Amino acid sequence: MPSKAESHKKAPLGLTIAALGTLLFLHVPMWIIFLYTFTPEEQTFTFPLPGFTAKWYGAAIQRDDLWRALTLSLQVAAIATIAALILGTLAAAAVYRSKFFGREAVSFLLVLPIALPGIVTGIALRAAIGGLEIPFSFWTIVIGHATFCVVVVYNNVLARFRRMQGSQIEASMDLGANSFQTFRYVVLPNIATALLAGGMLAFALSFDEVIVTTFTAGQQTTLPIWIFSQLTRPRERPVTNVVATFVILITFLPILFAQRISAQSSDTEGETK
Amino acid sequence: MLNRVSTYFYQRPGLVLALLLGPPMVYMLVVYLGSLFALLVNSFYYLEEFTGLIVREFTLQTYAQIFNPANREIFFRTATMAGVVTLVDALIAFPLAYYIAKFASPKFKTWLLIAVTIPLWSSYLVRVYAWKLILAKEGILSWFINLFQLDGLLQWLLSFESIGGSSLALSPVGMFIVFVYIWLPYMIIPIQTSLERVPGSLLEASSDLGAKPLQTFRNVILPLAFPGVVAGSIFTFSLTLGDFIIPLVLGNSKYFIGQAVYSYQGTGGNIPLAAAMTMWPVAIMIVYLLTARKLGAFDAL
Repeated sequence: MPSKAESHKKAPLGLTIAALGTLLFLHVPMWIIFLYTFTPEEQTFTFPLPGFTAKWYGAAIQRDDLWRALTLSLQVAAIATIAALILGTLAAAAVYRSKFFGREAVSFLLVLPIALPGIVTGIALRAAIGGLEIPFSFWTIVIGHATFCVVVVYNNVLARFRRMQGSQIEASMDLGANSFQTFRYVVLPNIATALLAGGMLAFALSFDEVIVTTFTAGQQTTLPIWIFSQLTRPRERPVTNVVATFVILITFLPILFAQRISAQSSDTEGETK
Repeated sequence: MLNRVSTYFYQRPGLVLALLLGPPMVYMLVVYLGSLFALLVNSFYYLEEFTGLIVREFTLQTYAQIFNPANREIFFRTATMAGVVTLVDALIAFPLAYYIAKFASPKFKTWLLIAVTIPLWSSYLVRVYAWKLILAKEGILSWFINLFQLDGLLQWLLSFESIGGSSLALSPVGMFIVFVYIWLPYMIIPIQTSLERVPGSLLEASSDLGAKPLQTFRNVILPLAFPGVVAGSIFTFSLTLGDFIIPLVLGNSKYFIGQAVYSYQGTGGNIPLAAAMTMWPVAIMIVYLLTARKLGAFDAL
């Protein structure tokens, strides 16, 4: 029997080049932002850079509006992630352990907020907030974010439940553990990494969300809304570059980490947004 | 005590199910479906032009407005863009998906998949912003175009009224490039998944039976990968249809659906019209999803 390496034939040169080209197309634009954090030019995006400076990093740190936006985004993402972890795990547990009428509908309902274009969710929440005359607040943002974060946790946890052996739970119960002990010592350790991966992806999703937030934030500024306002009405453009680089890094690390967790347990979960 | 509670619940699986399912379902039904319902209701109200107030009476006149020539044009422009973006994404995604599925070693495959997934999850807004830098008149792409002396070609492309503009950063051509870039990972992954399922023996059988590589590609690989392409197209099409950030950042005064919705509800304060307008993408996506299901795309998700 041929070894696995031999069964992989060498790719035609044209295909390799095309594949490499697509990979570069996906990644190079993000590196370019990093390059531009060092430009001394404030008004335009002149290339090649007319000089080199690191002063924008200092300028970014001193911008209060930036810090406020970052704080708000982190708070929103934290609360939305906690809500998503609770609701998503409950739904996954229900769907996993029992067969009931309308089980398919549960998955469908949870996936709907990310299957429909974001603007539909956004304007729907806006219409509801307007109709009920609820004032815009921190909580209107969180409630909006939680709707589309639940599904990420749900998918991750449900996939883990399905690979977990039901006999483990039965064995625990047979050995005299009550439901709470079984949950604490058998179920929780089994789903812990799925919760971590799902939670991180939910956090990244909320931290970065702009379309729905535009409709639920009122006058508040989250970090993505701050970036969006800089895109249309720029002030100190290079500061935006610094912020963009920072955002890439802050989302890059959890994603990489979640990917590693998923890869280790040979999951395919979380690969479609 | 805890044991008694545990036994109590154990004997009542229905109650446990209700307790588990209750919170998430109540949340989704009240907040999400409730909002969608509010959206639907709003689309049957209308804005009194004279007072600028929303009149909460049942009417179809707001729906009549979404069929007026200006809004029809917005709809066709957006649908055309979504269609072309989907097509080009499929063409660009295929070679990489094929390489990952059929030629990469298992270890390399893991890395390639991470490389494709990272842009999918990393900041959408920042990735749009990157292109603002690249496409700017004085930016890096212009510099390269200048280097290869292709200025004439660019000017010629931008001179078309329907797709051109003052610079790449403010034109439908630029928007098209950014849409293709932003949604590309959504196309690569389902195609790769469906190609992964094509057994290698099938390709060998095809070549043993005398098919040339191109024939194998056309008659064996392409039909089997097609559900993956359709699955990817659900994302690229739906996301292009509803996006308003890219048209706002890179577009000109020619509106797209998302942008129209955004401005109707914002500056216009006309939530009924915005609500009715979102029914365009919703209706298209429902038809699209039903067709996709017939083509077997859901198995490739």
